[in-house]
Amino acid sequence: MELILEGILKAIALLVSLDPEVLGITALSLKISGTATLISLFLGVSTGTVVALTRFPGRKLVVSLINTGMGLPPVVVGLFVTIFLWRNGPLGFLQILYTPTAIILAQAIIATPIISGISLAAMQNLPANLRLQILALGATRIQMFWLLIREARLPLLAAVMAGFGGIISEVGASIMVGGNIKGYSRVLTTATVMETGRGNFDVAIALSAILLLLAFLINFLLTRIQQRERPR
Amino acid sequence: MKLKKLATCFRCLGFFALLCLITGLATAPAAFAAEPAQKNIILATTTSTQDSGLLDALIPIFEKETGYFVKTIAVGSGQAMAMGEKGEADVLLVHSPAAEKKFMEAQNGINRRLVMHNDFVIVGPPADPAGIKGSKTSPEAFMKIANTGNLFLSRGDNSGTHSKEKGIWKAAGLNPEEQPSKWYQQTGQGMGQTLNVAAEKLGYTLTDRGTWLALQKNLGLPILMEGDPLLLNIYHVIDVNPAKWPKVNAPGARAFSDFMVSPATQSIIKTFGVDKYGSPLFFPDADKKVEDLGK
Amino acid sequence: MTAAGPLLQVKNIVVKRGGIPVLDIPDFRIERGEVLSLLGPNGSGKSTLLLTLSSLLKLHQGKLIFKGREIDGRRSELDYRRQIAVVFQDPLLLDTTVLDNVASGLKIRGMEKAGRLRIAAEYLERLGIAHLAKRSASKLSGGEAQRTSIARAFATRPAILYLDEPFSALDPPTREALISDLTRILRETDTTAAIATHDQMEAMRLSDRMAVIQQGKIAQAGSAEEVMNHPVNEFVASFVGMDTVLTGRVLENHNKHRMMIAVGDREIEAVGNFPPGEQVLCCIRPENVTLSTDSPEEHSSARNNFSGRIVRIAPHGLFYRVDLDCGFELISYITRISLDSLALREGRKVKASFKATAVHVIRKST
Repeated sequence: MELILEGILKAIALLVSLDPEVLGITALSLKISGTATLISLFLGVSTGTVVALTRFPGRKLVVSLINTGMGLPPVVVGLFVTIFLWRNGPLGFLQILYTPTAIILAQAIIATPIISGISLAAMQNLPANLRLQILALGATRIQMFWLLIREARLPLLAAVMAGFGGIISEVGASIMVGGNIKGYSRVLTTATVMETGRGNFDVAIALSAILLLLAFLINFLLTRIQQRERPR
Repeated sequence: MKLKKLATCFRCLGFFALLCLITGLATAPAAFAAEPAQKNIILATTTSTQDSGLLDALIPIFEKETGYFVKTIAVGSGQAMAMGEKGEADVLLVHSPAAEKKFMEAQNGINRRLVMHNDFVIVGPPADPAGIKGSKTSPEAFMKIANTGNLFLSRGDNSGTHSKEKGIWKAAGLNPEEQPSKWYQQTGQGMGQTLNVAAEKLGYTLTDRGTWLALQKNLGLPILMEGDPLLLNIYHVIDVNPAKWPKVNAPGARAFSDFMVSPATQSIIKTFGVDKYGSPLFFPDADKKVEDLGK
Repeated sequence: MTAAGPLLQVKNIVVKRGGIPVLDIPDFRIERGEVLSLLGPNGSGKSTLLLTLSSLLKLHQGKLIFKGREIDGRRSELDYRRQIAVVFQDPLLLDTTVLDNVASGLKIRGMEKAGRLRIAAEYLERLGIAHLAKRSASKLSGGEAQRTSIARAFATRPAILYLDEPFSALDPPTREALISDLTRILRETDTTAAIATHDQMEAMRLSDRMAVIQQGKIAQAGSAEEVMNHPVNEFVASFVGMDTVLTGRVLENHNKHRMMIAVGDREIEAVGNFPPGEQVLCCIRPENVTLSTDSPEEHSSARNNFSGRIVRIAPHGLFYRVDLDCGFELISYITRISLDSLALREGRKVKASFKATAVHVIRKST
């Protein structure tokens, strides 16, 4: 009990004093997971939309692959990304193992199927004839694409939430491909694991509190947008 | 007309942009791209050097002096050497002498040098139900734990500590890993985590002194056995053999290993931790021989 | 240049679904300025035809020719779609305001904001929903939403306006109001339109010409009067409201004009020209059959007078439907007043009369 209290007090102290290391780790986490979410958003929304709107052989297989991918275990992604990025691995020439770029890559791989899956469902939930109506309004394919995405923007927002929430709190892949390097690839989750290992429970609690706060803030913000958009 | 379409697109992008703002994405992903290859050094090391904070003290000095960028991958000694064996690390800082010898014999490393030592201690619940206090040797203490069936937590992760522990069991003529029993449990995690588990479950464990000193305030696991020459914990630095793995950053590795044994670094090691724990965590040994340690 | 030709012409089109042809139209035209109904029951292919005419469905065969030029390839399809408009059964509005919805077709065509909002406002006014301009489309009633959809279609000033069952999802009063507004605006704007519907009354009120669709084929196309009164086959006859269809055989043909036709053991006099011995169908509208209880025949000018027994009386809209057994089955619609004054009830004997000209005779297909 004393430990928890102490941890919370230390956490508050770290937050109030704007500890540069903690701030740095927080900013890096946001940058990495934000970038990964953005990449996944573009990949996921386009994949989801294309799969939802087109018919091609093997489509069912693609859909079930996406759905399977939604539950991709982060450590498995971490392991395979590590193996591929090894110096002597197939993508070793990129020289990005143990860099933030590698974490972005792994997190994007984790988040893309999540965002694809939700986008796919969102697009399929639009009225069946809406696509024809938009074409009948004289839209080009690109205009149709954007109008449909605009129509599905609320569920797509949910996709962003799910994707971002999934990867900012993910630790297995980040530690494997990022290496938890101080001031370089150390993010909130990997730092929490390390500080727990070091017995610095106070710092670990502080980092967890930030992680929680962050997740809460972002979801709160997105939910606010959603509520404002459709005041029902 | 084109512009209009673009405007439509950008309006759709409105909420994406918002996300970017939240996450402070002013920096493009390219900004994270790797620095010039030769600037990076991958140091594979044991968790104890990172968990004790020693590397956090040393590496910034090294980086400032040389301009290299060190990527410290803190894993067990076993995994560190496995990375070296595949050429996935440039330099190793490890504490598993028996395994290191095999590593060197297989031509995986060059230039193995003694850096420092501290010692392992056996810790356990204050009441010491197995009565290991006063044992003359560590195998004797292990035997008592086994005979009384008291809980023993093993790292079980092929780390230097784990291989040391296996050496002691062997000296005691026991092999608890092959005859699994309730009293012998493996955490598969780092030293800090394993100490936490031992503290929670009131078990015995073998730990390096540095990690124990760093964690002891929250543990309530006193040292019950120390000072056996067998419990010496010796750290070596090894350059991964560039003849075997051409992609290895040989000059960087050499610079780092030289740095570790340089007099300036050795004097930092000598006093590291004194201010915080009242005693040093490591003893610099660059000018010594393994046989002379602990005497 | 091709002002004389049809506005849209289709040639030999075939549309398949799952390999099975669902539409097969050798030749069909939409003329400038006409309002055309595509009439057919559910599943007949009228909506498929409408979507095909609006180039929204893939053709497996055949071609569409708009203003004398064939529509082929993505570019010309887009050009064509930017000259037409489609209103679906569901309003399918975009998630924005009513005004922006009505302006959306113009926005897609790249019209600048002030211009498109001015035109959108004009059509909101025409459809009587100007007060809804700033409202979110998600908060409209069904009728308001369909008015918005129709305003959106008109706002692009289409060369052809397609409407796919536009009123089916609306309640009767809303539908009535919207049909009369649509009729008025079509006339005011002199818009060419094609409407798919299953409702013959709706088709009659709105259109100059009708095409009755039967199993993916056009069974009959012509003016409303022609289709209603001279259906070419049994399907069209029953679909346009000729409830009594009797199988018979021509006995005599006088002056290639008047025929006596044997139906069971009775004879019906009809107008038409089929050779004696021909198997025919006699189609009779129920509203053309009058009932009386007077026994003598002298007052009736009708050539066909049969006595029969009332099998069933059931309300049918504003009328009552009376099923008679006159040796053949005959259906009559009478008003409530007639029902009361004649004191009709089931089982009672009555006299049924209809003119020879009320019998539409068609050749029985084998």
